[in-house]
Amino acid sequence: MAILRNSVRLFDGIRLLLLAALLLLCTLGFAQTKNSCLDCHSALPDPLGVTPEKFSQDIHAQKGLTCASCHGGDPASDDPDEAMSRKAGWKGKIDRKQIPQLCGSCHSDPAYMRQFNPSLRTDQLSQYHTSVHGKRFAAGDTKVAVCTDCHSVHDLRAPSDPRSTVNPVNIATTCSRCHADATYMSGYEIPTNQFAEYSKSVHHDALMVRGDLSAPTCTTCHGNHGATPPGVDKVQNVCSNCHVFQAQMYEKSSHKKAFEAASLPGCVVCHGNHGISHPTDAKLGAGPDAVCMQCHTPGDACDQARAGLLSGLTRLDTAIKSADQVLAVAESSGMEVSEARLGQDQARDSLTKARVTIHSFRTDLVDQDIQAGLKAAAKNLQAGKQAMVERNYRRVGLAISLIAIALALIGLRLYIKQIES
Amino acid sequence: MSFLRNARNWLDERLEWDDLIAPLRKKTVPQHRLSYWYFLGGITLFLFVIQVLTGILLLLYYRPGANEAFESVQYIMTQVQFGWLIRSIHSWSANLMIFTAFAHMFSVLFLKAYRKPRELTWVSGVILLFLVMGFGFSGYLLPWNTLAFFATKVGTEITGQVPVIGRPMMIFLRGGEDVTGATLTRFFGFHVAVLPGLATLLILLHVLLVQRLGISVPPKLEAEWNANPAAKREMKFFPNFALRELMAWYVALGVLGALAAVFPWNLGVKADPFISAPAGIKPEWYFLFMFQTLKLIPPKVWFIDGEVLGVLGFGVIGLLWLLLPFFESDYPSRPKRWITGLAVFALAYVAGMSVYGYLAK
Repeated sequence: MAILRNSVRLFDGIRLLLLAALLLLCTLGFAQTKNSCLDCHSALPDPLGVTPEKFSQDIHAQKGLTCASCHGGDPASDDPDEAMSRKAGWKGKIDRKQIPQLCGSCHSDPAYMRQFNPSLRTDQLSQYHTSVHGKRFAAGDTKVAVCTDCHSVHDLRAPSDPRSTVNPVNIATTCSRCHADATYMSGYEIPTNQFAEYSKSVHHDALMVRGDLSAPTCTTCHGNHGATPPGVDKVQNVCSNCHVFQAQMYEKSSHKKAFEAASLPGCVVCHGNHGISHPTDAKLGAGPDAVCMQCHTPGDACDQARAGLLSGLTRLDTAIKSADQVLAVAESSGMEVSEARLGQDQARDSLTKARVTIHSFRTDLVDQDIQAGLKAAAKNLQAGKQAMVERNYRRVGLAISLIAIALALIGLRLYIKQIES
Repeated sequence: MSFLRNARNWLDERLEWDDLIAPLRKKTVPQHRLSYWYFLGGITLFLFVIQVLTGILLLLYYRPGANEAFESVQYIMTQVQFGWLIRSIHSWSANLMIFTAFAHMFSVLFLKAYRKPRELTWVSGVILLFLVMGFGFSGYLLPWNTLAFFATKVGTEITGQVPVIGRPMMIFLRGGEDVTGATLTRFFGFHVAVLPGLATLLILLHVLLVQRLGISVPPKLEAEWNANPAAKREMKFFPNFALRELMAWYVALGVLGALAAVFPWNLGVKADPFISAPAGIKPEWYFLFMFQTLKLIPPKVWFIDGEVLGVLGFGVIGLLWLLLPFFESDYPSRPKRWITGLAVFALAYVAGMSVYGYLAK
């Protein structure tokens, strides 16, 4: 009986082993799903060449999609004729006219997209249809951008990836590939200097030099999938997304009505659009950077108001710099002036506020901020001067003390000499 | 003058004053070309007294607590009459005291003053040096500024690296897991009560031992004087040496006053526990040689964590340093040269690493 029991156990053991081997083979089989497309296409030259390294960087590949997901066919077959047979659903190179629809077949399906990223929007295609690109595309212009022109293809990365063509730091370059190409853009009658202008702008500096990813790039003002130029009367709505206070001031100002009456594009009139430079007080002046005198007549009431605003800002700026200078000297002398330093921030805030209030074009409101800043700067300057007086007082005190100590030392030395002689 | 004489007689009748100061009258100080090194101990003591006096004055206004400490020091610096002077002297004097304590220790090593029978004087002196560094570490946090906050964070973290007892020690020092207001009040307690009490007792012992054993003479000179007693030169401690010491104290006072007036001690920016540590943060100069050494040790040495190895290494070195005279006590007449060599190496290492740490980014 014991022998029989042992034989049964042995049989059970072999059965278990076989089962385990079968499971392992199945697992390996699934793990190594065949993708014969890359076997050939990795060896082909561009534009047909796609290496496994390149495709592995693609967000679709990372989410489990294969070549067949877009191109159809049977990647499990080693026979090119079978793999790329119409019977197997092979579509070949996707016709440019089909691209938005093909991408939209997944990206416009909330139920399908939810399994990969529940927070991802699914209105890209419908937005695209409202964009200038989309409208022209629908009218048969295949030169305009479709999904793959901006997002790339076969190595398409998530926008959060700094290497992605649609990452904030790369968007301007991506747009410029067409919009800065005068030959490509010929026939559209729009300028091609936007990228060159933007590259000199304060927004470009903020984004690319300071690394502030919230700073605007092309899509911030024009939209992305629904890209279109903001209308002349809508420019301030675009700018006000970030420059809230300036927009509020402008909304109530006399300039808004005047610009609207003249069909002038709000903010752009003074600041420009793509090449917005760092706004300086010189814009209120009469020099080459001045903007007021482009419309106003020298000597009129507005010119006088402009001169008053400029002089107020200059006075406050000078007062802050003077106080800074005295406080810096006092601080380098070791004086404790941190309270006055904090007060300087208050004065600087007033200057910033005054520069924002300029957008109301009301001298009385701007003057309130300037007076508050001047008062703070004067107080801080006084504190700095007081610190310098205190420093000199300390040094005089030190000199007197050192003389007293020197006299004591001489006295002691003489006394020692006397008692030792 | 008769009033002074009468007061003195009055005291003498009640305290037997003359008997009390008799040893001072008899006390002598060896006179030779290296005698000026003898001033260093006295100067360190003088600076300690300055610390106690200015510390008491600062206590009148200082308020320990994360929400008040910085503001109270700011108030002392800006509003209190001569508050800036008292605080600056306290800070400068602390640094000078640590410097003179180190200088005093190395002078004792080079003059071989630690030899039998003065081993206990050395031991009490080295413990005093450790206490003085403890004063520096605890006092540095009290203004509750950014640098102090992060230096304390790093310093206590290093303590936490000691195996087994490190973490409980770190939590004890911090009064919790992190450096908070609880750490500040704790450090305040160490700085104004625990350390001064211990230091005063040790200073009394140290001075008493110096008084009992007299002042050491370098071995070479001692041998010369023993061979030719006529060559022996001494001066009376009181008043001759005491007056010279007084001159040294005056010079120290002048240097302190000049530093405080020309370079008032900076207050910095109030500590904010939620910001990240400033880049390239370093401890005070007297901890710099240890800090830099720890930075240079690789993360792993064989299987031991580099930082743990460094902390343990400094612990062992500190202990051996404390017991240094006992390696030589058998043959006091034949001093071992390796100890002088070790002292030269230690001085070069401490100075070199401090400069390297100061210059390193």
